Amino acid sequence: MNSPEKKKTAVLLLGCPQVPVQTGIALYLISALRKRGVLPTVAGNRAARLLVEVSDPDRHYVGEVMDIDRCVGELAEKKRDFDYSFAFIHNDAGVTYAATVQALSKGAMVVLVYGEHYDQVAAEIEFPCEKIMAKAVHNPMPLKKKIDEVLNWVVLNL
Amino acid sequence: MNYDILMRDASFKECREYIRANFQEYVEVEPGFVLFEKHMIGVPPITIGLSGDVIIFPYTKPCYGTFLLRLECKEEADRLRALKARGKK
Repeated sequence: MNSPEKKKTAVLLLGCPQVPVQTGIALYLISALRKRGVLPTVAGNRAARLLVEVSDPDRHYVGEVMDIDRCVGELAEKKRDFDYSFAFIHNDAGVTYAATVQALSKGAMVVLVYGEHYDQVAAEIEFPCEKIMAKAVHNPMPLKKKIDEVLNWVVLNL
Repeated sequence: MNYDILMRDASFKECREYIRANFQEYVEVEPGFVLFEKHMIGVPPITIGLSGDVIIFPYTKPCYGTFLLRLECKEEADRLRALKARGKK
């Protein structure tokens, strides 16, 4: 992690991109973090990464992008860490990846739980984290509103 | 690697419970543990089953959920048993 004079860092752990809100919310969160002085990195599988990169062709928002399994490997080998991890979760695999990163990182874990069955998925989360939850599938606004409510607190307090 | 799929599109919890219910011998490791040259993904503790030289372990992919895989490898089975023995000391 960074020393106090350096910018804080965050990793956005993208899940399977089958739920439409993921890419839009990821770009929104990247922008919101940058405005608060946090340097975001995106980690995901190939499809999730490409959706983010194609959506921001001139790289106004997106910075570093990496494979999610490489990210886990670098955390496990203690080659790098992040001040914040934002895990995008809409299925059991998302919970599993978030639990992995929570166990490996010294930074704060924030989970964004969305999708049709967000409450059932959230009930499977047993590790310590801050939860941002909304029933968002096609319309990103419920999740965006929740992010707007808590992001300042997250950046200032975690 | 030649592997068999015992379960597919399962939850991580289901895979852990299957291993504990069906294999007398198992090892528990933390996320990031290296198995077959890959860092393991999982909710801690990650349960890995052993049966002779056969290793039974969960493998998670973002779009496909968790698979429970069965793979024969004497070297890795020996390494896991050694790890387990060290943990008991």
